[in-house]
Amino acid sequence: MIEEPKTGMNIIVKTVTRLTTGLILLFGIYIVFHGHILSEGGFAGGVVIALSFIHLMLAYGREIVLKKMSEKVSELLGNIGAVIFIIIAVLGLFTGGYLFFDFFGKGKPFNLFSAGLMPLYNIAISLIVGAGLFTVFVTLVFFRSEKK
Amino acid sequence: MLPLVVVIPIGIAFLISFLGKYYKKLSDILATVACISLAILSFLIFYELRTMNYEPLVYKIGGWLPSIGISMVVDGLTAVMLIVVNVIALISVLFSVSYMEKYTDKWKYYALFMMMLTSMNGLIVTGDIFNMYVFLELGTISSCVLIAFGTEQDELEASFKYMVLGTVASTFILLGIAILYSYYSTLNMSDISLAVSKGSSTIVITFLTLLFVVGFGLKAAIVPFHAWLPDAHPSAPAPISAMLSGVLIKSLGVYALVRILFNVLGVVGSNILIILGVISMVVGGFLAIYQKDLKRMLAYSTVSQVGYIVFAFGLGTPLGIFAGLFHLINHAFAKFLLFLNAGAVVYATDERNMENLGGLREKMPVTAATSLVGSMSISGVPPFGGFWSKLFIILAAVQAKEFTAAVIAILISIITLSYYLKLQKQTFYGKLSERWQDVKEVPLTMCIAMIIPAVICAGLGLLLLPQIKIVFLDPAVGVLANGLEYGSIVLQNIK
Repeated sequence: MIEEPKTGMNIIVKTVTRLTTGLILLFGIYIVFHGHILSEGGFAGGVVIALSFIHLMLAYGREIVLKKMSEKVSELLGNIGAVIFIIIAVLGLFTGGYLFFDFFGKGKPFNLFSAGLMPLYNIAISLIVGAGLFTVFVTLVFFRSEKK
Repeated sequence: MLPLVVVIPIGIAFLISFLGKYYKKLSDILATVACISLAILSFLIFYELRTMNYEPLVYKIGGWLPSIGISMVVDGLTAVMLIVVNVIALISVLFSVSYMEKYTDKWKYYALFMMMLTSMNGLIVTGDIFNMYVFLELGTISSCVLIAFGTEQDELEASFKYMVLGTVASTFILLGIAILYSYYSTLNMSDISLAVSKGSSTIVITFLTLLFVVGFGLKAAIVPFHAWLPDAHPSAPAPISAMLSGVLIKSLGVYALVRILFNVLGVVGSNILIILGVISMVVGGFLAIYQKDLKRMLAYSTVSQVGYIVFAFGLGTPLGIFAGLFHLINHAFAKFLLFLNAGAVVYATDERNMENLGGLREKMPVTAATSLVGSMSISGVPPFGGFWSKLFIILAAVQAKEFTAAVIAILISIITLSYYLKLQKQTFYGKLSERWQDVKEVPLTMCIAMIIPAVICAGLGLLLLPQIKIVFLDPAVGVLANGLEYGSIVLQNIK
């Protein structure tokens, strides 16, 4: 006889989550890194990365996930992403005279390391979107409506 | 130099949200320094435009040619709007330093404020219609959060209302942009303008005009799309109410509307704008009389005055455009000042109902004096700037043979005077009640922040001096009056 767990859902959901959540995270990272050659990108990848954590939170409960990734850390990651994005954009202003100027080599088309600064922008965007979405979810979980 | 008007505020916004939590004083300093540099930058851009003899300055983002990449365009109108927005933002930050002490998490406020400033600057300088939409959304979202900053029930409700109506407006605008793109296969405003000038079907232009009037009309809060404004403006913290009424609805609403209608679609002057403008004047004016809440009255007054501006632009004559633009600048400073005064009263007394106030002139001389200047400027009492702009609106209406509208404008300006006299009488004059014996004048920085716009309000009439008018207002009016020539002028100036 399997006992009902104190937090989170039952053992079937937990086991499946344990097996899949790493794969989802990996898939998110894959989407981010192939943003410039396939029809993917930082936004979509960021959403999938955030979903892997949300998935974990739904199965195991809030506290266990917040131990791994607290909302403070995720806020910080989002800010770091935004600051990276702006720094890369402004570097173009100093190197080429234009905002967002691509000072990297363009590389060979359809290779992983190509398209100049595009992959770096994608990584920054994935940080902003992933951390932002996760923070929004955590906030919604924390606050409850006013009791009447 | 041009991209800095967008890069500085957005960079500072993220820097504040990054560091503000750990160094409390840093957010004050960063925001003030950023706003000072932006104000100086806007004057420098104006100076550069003048040395170029008002030929538009075009900046290619990423070095891509416009119509492939996004461009930024500065012409006469842009330069004037940049100066108005950034000067007002600077004074607003000055006021916030003391006022926002009573809220927790001041650094979050500054980060959002900077984001709002980014959206306004970006929307004004952009030459790409989809980029304009993105900045519009950024402005709506950041102002939504700022309206709900106090997190009381009223504030959340007002913010939610604004968010729902703002989304409706965005949908209309996005639909308009989609139709434009499907017809002309470009999102660059000068390209579209050139394509429209080569001939286009009237039905499409009329339909697009309607879509944009509804969309941007909602952002500008002209009747019948004004429902969100009387809730949203009083709910926000005072410096934000002042920014919203002073510049946000003008840059996100009126500026974007006239830029797209006049320069992109070639609809210079339209009866829809005249009718909606007159309705806004009347409805806003009459609703303002019955308000007891100080800030709510100012909000309804904004609806009425935006009606004047939209009406003047709708006339489409050079005099009408001039009057509209002049009233836009006058109203921006005067309403900004009045909301700061209301904020000062709330700061000192924590009371917004005018019936409970009275006699505050003795205790708060600076607030009372500056409030009188603002009220008189908006009501159109000479020699303040508001008098001249209303005079020109009425002259322009008579010149365009809109006699009925001219008479209505005169009558509504009398009503405006009446409710501002009511505000003055109930708040600052009359007998001081026992309850307010211990009230003190607000701190020094807030006083300075109220005196500067009061001086500007009193001196704005000087813009009519021929030497200043030729430099400052005439190029801006020229841009709008030229209509579809905008496209070819901008495309010639790409270097």
